[in-house]
Amino acid sequence: MTEYLLLLLGTALVNNVVLVNFLGLCPFMGVSNKLDSAIGMGFATTFVLTLAAVASWLLEFFVLRPLDIGFLRILTFILVIAAVVQFTEMVVRKFSPGLYQVLGIFLPLITTNCAVLGVALLNIQEEHDFLKSVVYGFGSAVGFTLVMVIFAGMRERLALAQVPAAFAGAPIGFIVAGLLSLAFMGFSGLVTN
Amino acid sequence: MSNGFNKIIRDGLWDNNPGLVQLLGLCPLLAVTGTLINGLGLGIATTLVMVASNLTVSLIRNLVRSEVRIAVFVLIIASFVTAVELAMQAYFYDLYKVLGIFIPLIVTNCSIIGRAEAYASKNTPLNAAVDGLFMGLGFTGVLVVLGAMRELVGMGTILAQAHIMFGEAARNITLELSATHEGFLLAILPPGAFIGLGLIIAAKNIIDRRMTAREALTTTQTATSQA
Repeated sequence: MTEYLLLLLGTALVNNVVLVNFLGLCPFMGVSNKLDSAIGMGFATTFVLTLAAVASWLLEFFVLRPLDIGFLRILTFILVIAAVVQFTEMVVRKFSPGLYQVLGIFLPLITTNCAVLGVALLNIQEEHDFLKSVVYGFGSAVGFTLVMVIFAGMRERLALAQVPAAFAGAPIGFIVAGLLSLAFMGFSGLVTN
Repeated sequence: MSNGFNKIIRDGLWDNNPGLVQLLGLCPLLAVTGTLINGLGLGIATTLVMVASNLTVSLIRNLVRSEVRIAVFVLIIASFVTAVELAMQAYFYDLYKVLGIFIPLIVTNCSIIGRAEAYASKNTPLNAAVDGLFMGLGFTGVLVVLGAMRELVGMGTILAQAHIMFGEAARNITLELSATHEGFLLAILPPGAFIGLGLIIAAKNIIDRRMTAREALTTTQTATSQA
């Protein structure tokens, strides 16, 4: 139990997907202008990332390895992720139209979120067992949401700040992200694995 | 005709650079630029995929129905990435190990599917291939500049570990800034990547502004001299 808790904490804070592993930067920079949309994107990604981690693990160990067709991994994983995104969209629309209103526009974007494919591949590379894969997927997604919300909050303030003209917009965003990343480096050593 | 190519080249390398202006494909851009060689390696791999996928998408652009086009594009890109990954595993094993997960992640580099959708699916194969080549080179350029910057500040060298890409003969082409430079670790660590890219984009903004100002000046000068 402790092992899984440490893995969760480690993936969410210490080895944060966005700030340390550099995955999922496009939505991190693209959808973090407003706090509301950052939260929506965070929840949608959490859902898809966890499901995709599960689906890709099953695919790897029940199809790709027994049949010895590992060279099809990239191709099959991207298809599985697209299918999971599509499935999530249908389920959410059917059972919770309110949630669909909030998350709907973000769902198609998640297919090209490299955090989803990245975490699926890292799970295979690290030879995680099934439960660990689930925890790793969920932990990464929690880390993604956390950083996304923090960064959106900072950017809302930043929009009102006076910065040198050359730095306005994206450049100052990157520099603030760098400072945030520096702050997260303080977590290293919290969990040693 | 050559005018059209000029525009494509300018767009890819500067005006519409995928890394600096479109802000696409950020993950590999920041992740692998610890050294110049790593950046160059991934840049070349990305360029290859981009040229091949743009060419293929353009060739089949009239055969694919628009409802399924995105899925088809993704599959085409994934196939080329698999080919590049296997080729690198065979010929550049050390580089393959260093770049690791970011080779398969070329699939989700949004700038590739972005070009397929926005340009290749509407233009002739030749134009699409040239566009892919220069978009890829523009991306590679940013990778190389950021890699060189971080390597120089962080370790005081340029072209370290060149042998993993150019073979044993290139082991000694590493340039060292000074033997006493201890390195500024922040530049190699993740925060350095973010801050470095922020500075590069800011520098591009300044250069762009200077160029517009100069152009405006020359136009007014010619206008007054004509009058």
